[in-house]
Amino acid sequence: MTVGSIREKEGGSLPVDKLGVIVAALAVYGAFLATFVTYRANRIVQGEARTILESLPPSLGYGLVALVSAGAAIALFKTSAAFRMLAASAVLVALSLLIGIAADHLMPADNAYARISPASGFWILFFAFALLAADALTRMSPGPGIRLLFLAGVLAVMSGLLATGRWDGLSILKEYASRADTFWAEAGRHLTLALGSLAAAALVGLPLGILCHRVDGLRDAVLNVLNAIQTIPSIALFGILIGPLGWIAANVPGAMAIGVRGIGVAPAFVALFLYSLLPMVANTVVGLAGVPQAANDAARGIGMTDRQRLFAVEFPLAFPVILAGIRIVLVQNIGLATIAALIGGGGFGVFVFQGIGQTAMDLVLLGAAPTVILAFVVAITLNAVIEITATGRSPGGSP
Amino acid sequence: MIEFEHITKRYGDTAVVRDVSMAVAPHTVTVVVGTSGSGKTTLIRMVNRLVEPTSGIIRIDGEDNRSVPEFELRRRIGYAIQGHGLFPHRTVAENIATVPTLLGWDRSRIRAKVEELLTLFQLDPDFFGARYPHELSGGQQQRVGVARALAAEPNLLLMDEPFGALDPIIRAKAQEDLIAIQKHFGTTIILVTHDMEEAFRLANKIAVMDKGEVVQYATPEEMLVRPATPFVEELIGASERPFRLLAIERAGAAVEPGAAEGPPIAEDLSQREALSELLWSGREALPVAASDGSIVGRLSLDSLIRRAARPR
Repeated sequence: MTVGSIREKEGGSLPVDKLGVIVAALAVYGAFLATFVTYRANRIVQGEARTILESLPPSLGYGLVALVSAGAAIALFKTSAAFRMLAASAVLVALSLLIGIAADHLMPADNAYARISPASGFWILFFAFALLAADALTRMSPGPGIRLLFLAGVLAVMSGLLATGRWDGLSILKEYASRADTFWAEAGRHLTLALGSLAAAALVGLPLGILCHRVDGLRDAVLNVLNAIQTIPSIALFGILIGPLGWIAANVPGAMAIGVRGIGVAPAFVALFLYSLLPMVANTVVGLAGVPQAANDAARGIGMTDRQRLFAVEFPLAFPVILAGIRIVLVQNIGLATIAALIGGGGFGVFVFQGIGQTAMDLVLLGAAPTVILAFVVAITLNAVIEITATGRSPGGSP
Repeated sequence: MIEFEHITKRYGDTAVVRDVSMAVAPHTVTVVVGTSGSGKTTLIRMVNRLVEPTSGIIRIDGEDNRSVPEFELRRRIGYAIQGHGLFPHRTVAENIATVPTLLGWDRSRIRAKVEELLTLFQLDPDFFGARYPHELSGGQQQRVGVARALAAEPNLLLMDEPFGALDPIIRAKAQEDLIAIQKHFGTTIILVTHDMEEAFRLANKIAVMDKGEVVQYATPEEMLVRPATPFVEELIGASERPFRLLAIERAGAAVEPGAAEGPPIAEDLSQREALSELLWSGREALPVAASDGSIVGRLSLDSLIRRAARPR
């Protein structure tokens, strides 16, 4: 609200929106100057650029240019947030639909090796209107429930486009088509790594955080050690773990049977677990330290046992902060798990590194895109959950 | 009856509380007064064992307070602190129900108790029960804090600067409420404050603490008339003495027969308030009215001046 009113005051006589200028400029550049898709005869040769009008049937091409221009105009001038949201959504949905149609349109009938992928113009347009949508959403300052609903809507549109095969002509989905079976196996491994190490970190980190909170001397020591671990580069940490884990696999009976190896899932899991501990423990400590002194004193004074105080007072009050720690861990792990592929740990990183090896950028994207989307979804969802758990107890919950 | 027997608390070499012995009579209000760092808070925190004494015994109704586990002891003793200490994630009703829930009361009994207490503290149970503490004003939060302390019907209530965070007008109201509540339940109250005014308003007996020692433990009158040390005298405030003396007695106690001009004052106001009214309205005497409005006599400036003089 305040942002809007400040903008209006600064706007002066011309009703031009500041962010709208950027969006409109990007839209004009993306639609008229940059190229919409790249056409390649096979997956690794240099591509040829195609503009919007070259890549779509004429009616759809002019239609998209008109829609983008209208969207840019709406962005440029001061309009209501809901209207801007609507315009941005319309352009984004049209872009998503038409990129698939462009792929089908350009694909030669008898050539299974040709690759069509979005080019700079598409990405610039997509970014510009995503920016507009995000700005409009912020101005509407929706509650956590509404934000989750928006997220669900976006995911539903995406799954709809994927399920109905609208994007099947795109290069990234061509890569998917030839790897459909391993894709889901790697997706499962990626999630297992990210979520499994989170669960392990929560199991160890929460009690450790509580202990650090209660025992003064322990806190600095533990946090310093965890900080030091955090500074080890991930590839180095994987390397460091190969030795001890290999030794354990060879010398501890039964270790091999539960999957402990020098390379593979085990060191990846352990590394992610170690990285997860710092945010987990630190947020638990900060959350518990933030519990009002008076509430703690009162809890003791009216006869709660230490355990009752922990579960009835300290834990619920620290929960939003601990949850924020879990969000950091999960987003961090989803990203880091990509590197596990380097040591045979599997996950989406497999496609990324294969793609780099074959200089096939589409294959890199097949690994990178799901990782980014997953991290994004997790971040938005957990943010909303944090807000929901924190409302009703703190003064001035909403701005 | 709460008996402190040679209670000492040391942290390292410094004694925070030094050899305190005193007995608090049941159904009375005892106020512990002192400057900050005098050990007054430590003293009452030893009653419910939030602090363990280095030496000495505290007996509650003849029983050593270490004879039961500390959490059980604390559930039997009400505890209210400055800044109320309400649980911000629980509603008002849940906050008040804390100790009864810990004690395993059944649901209907808890609900009845919460409603009774909220009503007693002039908070509509239907409106306030489901609110969160941050939705309440400071005065309301403080009342809920005291209500929570009283929820399990304790015989003893410990209060640590309960009104410290309130502004003067709301504090006066809270003090009046506390007196009414104390009469209603007959609870024994030990209250800690640094405010002598508050002590004189609430106390049946005052314990003045200085550097860890109780330098005087006496009724307000006695303390006025015979302060044990220069420190006590200073704490009372030499220039306040006559007014504090008048503040202890009710106007009704100084009534003499006869009539006077002007609007009457109620007989249950303090003599200090009567004096104030006399001085402000420029009268020599004023009529005194009973609670039913009938005039019971008059109160003269002369008699109040005589009463304000140091008793011999």
